[in-house]
Amino acid sequence: MKIKILEERCKGCGLCIEFCPKRALVLSDRRNLLGYKVVGWNSPEKCNQCGICYLMCPEVVFVREEDFEE
Amino acid sequence: MKSKRILVKGVEAIALGALAGGCNCYFGYPITPQNEIPELMSVELPKRGGVFLQAESETSAINMVLGASAVGARAMTSSSSPGISLMSEGFSYLIALELPCVIVNVMRGGPGLGGIEASQGDYFQAVKAPGHGDGKFLVLAPYSCNEAYELTAKAFELAEKYRNPVMILSDAILGQMKEPLTLKSPKIKTLEKDDWILSGAKDRPGRVIKSLFLDSAELAERNLKLKQKYQKMEVEIKFERLAEGSEELIIVAFGSMARICKEAVFNLRARGYPVGFFRPITLFPFPRKALCELAESHQKRKKFLVVELNCGQMVEDVASALCGKGDILSLAYPPSVLPFPEDIEREIIKCLNLSTSLNV
Amino acid sequence: MSKPFDFPKCLKRNTFHYCPGCHHGIVHRLICEVIDELNLKDKTIGLASIGCSCFLYFYIDVDILEAPHGRACSVATGIKRMRPDLFVFTYQGDGDFSAIGLGDSIHAASRGEKITAIMINNTVYGMTGGQVSPTTLLYQKTTTTPLGRDPQREGYPLKVAEILATFEAVAFCARSAVNNPKRVKETKNYLKKAFKAQLENKGFSYVEILSSCPVNWRMDAVSANYHVDKLTEVYPLGIFKELPPKK
Repeated sequence: MKIKILEERCKGCGLCIEFCPKRALVLSDRRNLLGYKVVGWNSPEKCNQCGICYLMCPEVVFVREEDFEE
Repeated sequence: MKSKRILVKGVEAIALGALAGGCNCYFGYPITPQNEIPELMSVELPKRGGVFLQAESETSAINMVLGASAVGARAMTSSSSPGISLMSEGFSYLIALELPCVIVNVMRGGPGLGGIEASQGDYFQAVKAPGHGDGKFLVLAPYSCNEAYELTAKAFELAEKYRNPVMILSDAILGQMKEPLTLKSPKIKTLEKDDWILSGAKDRPGRVIKSLFLDSAELAERNLKLKQKYQKMEVEIKFERLAEGSEELIIVAFGSMARICKEAVFNLRARGYPVGFFRPITLFPFPRKALCELAESHQKRKKFLVVELNCGQMVEDVASALCGKGDILSLAYPPSVLPFPEDIEREIIKCLNLSTSLNV
Repeated sequence: MSKPFDFPKCLKRNTFHYCPGCHHGIVHRLICEVIDELNLKDKTIGLASIGCSCFLYFYIDVDILEAPHGRACSVATGIKRMRPDLFVFTYQGDGDFSAIGLGDSIHAASRGEKITAIMINNTVYGMTGGQVSPTTLLYQKTTTTPLGRDPQREGYPLKVAEILATFEAVAFCARSAVNNPKRVKETKNYLKKAFKAQLENKGFSYVEILSSCPVNWRMDAVSANYHVDKLTEVYPLGIFKELPPKK
């Protein structure tokens, strides 16, 4: 199962980065339409899909890839 | 089958009228002089599978009405002047949300705690601004038990027809006096509501009933829509006119005061005085056209003596309706000392002898 | 049962308008997860209150009625009394529920209205810019207590969950937070228990959820998230009342 980051929903609050036990996430330099710096993968290989980022995210940014094909 | 006649108080007639109108839920709070309404409803509604609940305050009660109306109930509340003031934010929301309901105000002396005697001091509050914003109530003012019964029943149909609260504006005289009531079963239409009420988003997207419009254009459009609704309401205008048009002076009065004035007018007409009588029954929309027609009939300039149990409120609406087509005189009895018919007769005769004066 | 990375069915796809790091979004998701799991969408009426969460209807795809400020529990009473078959919940802030609306809330609880009230407690009036609220902590600075909440002037923090737990007709009463993964799961568990208390007609159910308010606390999102731990010292977490399941 591949995790997709819905960048347009992200507000760069950093909670997922703070709580990811593997430090797999980082605040990227990309900005979304609203001008927020969005979260990105720091080291995707470390991610074991524990779901803590999903739990802590106030914007439902982390979803399953297959649920959100463009 | 001859319809039954019973001896009831005005407030009981209002409650019975509501039941005849299909009221199936009532939320209220005790306040003299209308306590018989919640008391009667607490007996009758459960018997008919309806809902009765006394809230902890009028503020809470009107919001319970709001909730019940949003899910399609024929909801009602009743109170008296101070309680009505507490409900005014709720009124504004009910108007903005286009939610039908019936609100009864049995007016008592004000301002402040005032008294429990009669008054017509809430006229402006009822017809000009029941709550903040431009919203209006359709306001009906009965002056007898039979009329209170029929108008309250009809109010439920009108509320749904216009999706707007309807107010029955009465007072402690009518409320607390007893007279025979003929228990007719009025024909009250029920209107289709399933297309807008909240009922659970089954096989459809969630519905929203809200009055928040942060987009200014959208809010302006809402207000214009409500304004058109008030114009459409003009077909519901009702009044009682006892005048050929040749009279020199017309008494204008509503509610219980109209009863006292009517007797005075009868007595004077019997003695040949050129006096007529005009009683608005819908206070909003106000019978402006009917008043103008009366003023212009027989090409005779007339005096309009507006008799009220307040410090002069409806007189302003009469003046603006006639805009110069008649001489406006105000006979304002501050609540709650009641005039006798003879007092009013003396005032009428005095006015007939006046040249012309505008002492609004 | 919903799994991680599910986008809940009854959660609309609109992005939230909440400030970065505000916990409203987490609570919205949890509510939608529970509505989906208990299959309640078809019979739910949500009461949006006045405050940051007044746009509830942009986010949760159920029938929603906007209640005047503080009156959500009274409006919900009117709905539930007329339609006891519907599932009714209110979503209110601490100002809406426990300041202007305390009368409505307490009497709905005391009457045992079969509704579920959710109070998001972030100790300030968020939408209007961070004014003092009944749940503001002692000495906490707000835009209307610039020198900090002074007990001599503004009294003491109002502990709503503890109060409601003393009511006979309250079936479920708990307080939780969502500032760490364990508590997020606990909050969802409490919400489900509260919803079930309503569905089983046991009485009034109440879940108070401590929430961060980064902008009005003048903190970044992560610091505000941890500051909620400070709130738990004044507002302890846990179930304060739970009627046993019906036999």
